[in-house]
Amino acid sequence: MRGTGHRSARVRMRGWGGVTGMAVACAVTAAVTLLPLAHGDGSHGVRDTGRGVTSAVRTTAESCVDPEASLPPSGGGGPNIDKIRARGKLIAGVDQNSFRWGYRDPESGTLEGFDIDLVRAVAKDILGDPDAVIFRAIPTNQRITALEHDRVDIVVRTMTINCDRLKQVSFSTAYFQAGQQVLASKGSDITGYDRSLAGKRVCTAEGSTAYEALEKESYGAVFKDEHEGTADDPDLLTVPNQLDCLVRLQLGKVDAVVTDNALAAGQAAQDPAVELKGDKPFTTEYYGVAAKLGADDLVARVNHVLEEYRRGGASSPWMRSYQEWLEEGLPGVTGPPAATYRSD
Amino acid sequence: MTYPPNADPRREPAPDRPDASPAVPAQRGVRSVAAERLRAVATTEPGRLQVIGAVLALLVVAFGAVTALEVSGRASAADDVVTRSQPLSADAADIYRSLADADTMAASGFLAGAEEPEDVHAQYEKDIKEASRLLVKAAAGTDASSSSAGEIRTLNELLPEYTGLVERARANNRQGLPLGGAYLRYANQRMTNDLLPAAERLYAAETGRLSTDTADARRWPLLALGAGVVALAALVWTQRRAYRRTNRVFNRGLLAATAAASVVLLWLAVGHTVARAELRAAMTHGQESLDVLNKARINSLKARANENLTLVARGAVLTADGTQDKYETDYGAGMKALGEQLTTAERLADDARGRAPVARAADAVSEWQERHRRARTTDDQGDYDGALKQIIGAKDSTGESFAQVDTALEEALGQEQSEFTGAARNGRGALGGLPVGAGVLAVLGAVAAIAGINRRLSEYR
Repeated sequence: MRGTGHRSARVRMRGWGGVTGMAVACAVTAAVTLLPLAHGDGSHGVRDTGRGVTSAVRTTAESCVDPEASLPPSGGGGPNIDKIRARGKLIAGVDQNSFRWGYRDPESGTLEGFDIDLVRAVAKDILGDPDAVIFRAIPTNQRITALEHDRVDIVVRTMTINCDRLKQVSFSTAYFQAGQQVLASKGSDITGYDRSLAGKRVCTAEGSTAYEALEKESYGAVFKDEHEGTADDPDLLTVPNQLDCLVRLQLGKVDAVVTDNALAAGQAAQDPAVELKGDKPFTTEYYGVAAKLGADDLVARVNHVLEEYRRGGASSPWMRSYQEWLEEGLPGVTGPPAATYRSD
Repeated sequence: MTYPPNADPRREPAPDRPDASPAVPAQRGVRSVAAERLRAVATTEPGRLQVIGAVLALLVVAFGAVTALEVSGRASAADDVVTRSQPLSADAADIYRSLADADTMAASGFLAGAEEPEDVHAQYEKDIKEASRLLVKAAAGTDASSSSAGEIRTLNELLPEYTGLVERARANNRQGLPLGGAYLRYANQRMTNDLLPAAERLYAAETGRLSTDTADARRWPLLALGAGVVALAALVWTQRRAYRRTNRVFNRGLLAATAAASVVLLWLAVGHTVARAELRAAMTHGQESLDVLNKARINSLKARANENLTLVARGAVLTADGTQDKYETDYGAGMKALGEQLTTAERLADDARGRAPVARAADAVSEWQERHRRARTTDDQGDYDGALKQIIGAKDSTGESFAQVDTALEEALGQEQSEFTGAARNGRGALGGLPVGAGVLAVLGAVAAIAGINRRLSEYR
């Protein structure tokens, strides 16, 4: 099934070539525009200016010009909120391997991190109790499936908002800005996402945007396993979780890792012998909270939570969580990305 | 021995020379001399008796020699079963078990937190040491070119790699880094995909060799039996011939020779039948049970490791089709196999002493499954800590059930092992003394046969 997933993803990509192309163009434009602000300082202003234009031309979700635009916030209810209330627990799909984002603290045995804080804020808003959460650790390539099969209510797992995924799930407004970056040993001759990757073994998480990026342009890197997606898949170059890549990098089984700079920073924090390569990420991506496609009441509610979460400037819950978990590895962020909402 | 020939030089050659030289002229060749003699032998009764005596002695001695040789072969095969192949098979099972247990302990220690419980780590170390020790021992008892030697080499290469991964997991875990969990999953992946299959193949090869050795020991000594029948038939024929010609019923020498040959033949038939039966009992009552119990124990260990990993991974690793938690699925498969093997083991156990521990293990397995279901429900309701307690807690946990299963299976294995060893030793014992006895009796029989013939010959002088 994993194989089928990959295959169908590729087929889809061909089928939606035009849309994907547009999305790439869109991303490239955004990246170019935002280059000096890649680390987030003052990015709202620029993005807001852009938004004014794109929102105006936007007609339907199908065209997907501005994937980060989400439903307007609402503190109200609906069938999905009712279901969570009846259960008394919010089921959240998270990661337990992303240092500082969602990880299991071996000392206390509990899940902690920036994503986990956000999940607790959502639980507090809907159920009045930040601990009324069932955490499900899900692999990268299962984030969408887990929602489709109702295994989780929301996915808060450093999940990038993009046009392809918008056809399968609904996203909240962006809650973090990140981008893909190459991670390798300090002594490596790899210089970044460029020709220095030629012939190198590169590790990515199965179903990640990093893998998709390499599928589009790999610079001659080896990044696919033999028997990919079958029971014989050795899980060497493509792995269930991005942290598994660091294991393989440390063991010398791969030469580099491509993942979000936010996660790569978490990997570098666990191993002083590796570093992020290149000056900056080679993509610009925004993380969003994902819900099942059409769970509009839940998405609007999460957007409402995010509004509260961003409010308060330097002492907002968002900034406090950032300072607690991320500032050390990803310094220089002065605030959350601004929310944009659909105009239709 | 230089002097004896010189001591009586005159007695032996003296009667020979006057016999040979005047009767045969020097001009005639040696060949014609022999032909002449043969003719004399064939045509005169004393000559025929001499030939018969020689043939009888030869047949009886040959029977003894073949018996001694063939039975020594069977006895050494039976000895191999008791002293080499069965212990090697048991050691291979132990290697397999130690490795599976080490993996289980590593996962348990990880679940317990940054500082793993002392006894869990001690058990892990013990398992690794035991596996290393047995690998060295197995290497010494294995032919370097055999497939077993290849598996032992593989295991020797992979074991330090595995322990290295576990140490990395521990070191990262101690520092509070989630990388520790990733290393543990990778270590488990190596154990499951590379080490355990190699250990399983080693066990299969060693157990296969045990079956071959047992089959060798159980093969009928057809050559010896045939030689015995021929020797006895020749003795009977000689005595019948003598009776017809002389009307004499008994010839003591020939009777003694017949008795000796009959004893050897009977001893051979009965001894080997007993040995066959005992070795068969060792295989059916001992080894088959041991095999099933070993597999059951290993399945219980794998199921336990997977149960622990369910909580370590928290759903982060799914089956190839992406619909189920991999570890939960593997746990279920392991428990199912365990249940089936316990049913088989209970059927194979031939007495109450063998059945009791198996029944206890089966009860503990039911309880384990029940507790596991409850722990899963707890976890599914979001109470991870509660589930953790139900899995690795000291009381009323699945860990307690697992320990009960393991203890019961260990006892059952001990019981079947002693049954195997007892029966196999009896089998080996049934052949003991037979080679020497057959040799001595055959020589005595041959001497008696010659004496008996000489008695008849003397009547012609």
